[in-house]
Amino acid sequence: MLHMTRRSALLAGLLLPAGAALFKAMAQPALPEIRIAAKKFEYTPNKITLKKDQPVVLVLTSEDRIHGFKMPDYGLRADILPGQETRVPFTPTKEGTVGFFCDVFCGGGHEDMEGTITVEGA
Amino acid sequence: MTAHTDRRDFLKLSGMAGVAFASGLFPAARAQTAPEFHFVQLSDTHWGFKGAPNPDAEHTLEKAVATVNALQNPPDFIVFTGDLTHTTDDAKERRTRLKRFKEIVSELHVKDVRFMPGEHDASLDQGEAYKEFFGATHYTFDHKGVHFIVLDNVSDPTAAIGEEQLAWLAADLRQHKPADPIVVFTHRPLFDLYPQWDWATRDGAKAVELLMPFQNVVVFYGHIHQEHHQMTGHIAHHAAQSLIFPQPAPGSQPKRAPVAWDPAHPYRGLGERDVTVGATYKLTELPVVKG
Repeated sequence: MLHMTRRSALLAGLLLPAGAALFKAMAQPALPEIRIAAKKFEYTPNKITLKKDQPVVLVLTSEDRIHGFKMPDYGLRADILPGQETRVPFTPTKEGTVGFFCDVFCGGGHEDMEGTITVEGA
Repeated sequence: MTAHTDRRDFLKLSGMAGVAFASGLFPAARAQTAPEFHFVQLSDTHWGFKGAPNPDAEHTLEKAVATVNALQNPPDFIVFTGDLTHTTDDAKERRTRLKRFKEIVSELHVKDVRFMPGEHDASLDQGEAYKEFFGATHYTFDHKGVHFIVLDNVSDPTAAIGEEQLAWLAADLRQHKPADPIVVFTHRPLFDLYPQWDWATRDGAKAVELLMPFQNVVVFYGHIHQEHHQMTGHIAHHAAQSLIFPQPAPGSQPKRAPVAWDPAHPYRGLGERDVTVGATYKLTELPVVKG
């Protein structure tokens, strides 16, 4: 009896947090997605405008080879692998324009593979 | 022959006119009794580059070789700190460029020449073609009491040294005492010089951390196509000029782009560096001389 009680308690301990997380996820509206496609040697789009303090998810894809996405002003970086989506949650907190670029050397135009995100007041 | 003499005459002058750099940035390199010597650093030759930023791209390296050969006091050795060739997606063309580069620098009178790759040489094939021509991409050597370490932060296209090479570095450093003079050659800056222009090494801080217990460490690198001097703690980092086109000062303009060729001042911003290693390090920047 004691054994059963402990197991029930353990089960509840495992399931409750998971259930709470699931509920929380369901309760939150999906974040807007900003899709950015990478290929040698450009991002499409390469100029993006966002609202300050409004979180989004950057959805990064590659059309040819591995590329990088680096935005030093926000300490963000990710590899972009062909055939899959790389999802980077991002909340712009400062008005102004910041740059991002490919930081995985990809060939002759690598140094020009870059873009900007302009953050406007909400 | 006349041109050669003219160049030599110029270099006699440039010994004084060239930009010399020797300051408190440098740790005391070695004991006063250690023999003084000098070496020459060349960087970012980008052989194979074609474009408006250097209308003489095909022959600038040859001029640099002639400049070094004309030095009155030949250096003990010469080091090329990466981007020997300009990148190409064509693996055959990459080898053609590496071969031609090697042929040109074989004209150097000093035969002790050390190489390392830049991302243009090695990042697209993880250094495969480079190794065929120049061997290992990271190694050490010793010269007159100084321990030289060549670090590869470009064969990994993500601009990382990598855990394996860092472990190798740590093992090498364990063989040395804290007061031993150490010089590091590498291509990219080991510190975050200007990450917005990708002027950094992803795990460079780990290498710097391994070097920190050593009191006399100096790093010479390339990549940024300009002379630059910075300290991380007591470690001095010195970037070299390029031999193809200069780049703007870090963050001095919105976009990183080659400095335009100025017909009124050809080769401005290009050059080699002479490093005298004595009780301190003395740097002298040598310009490319119009042949």
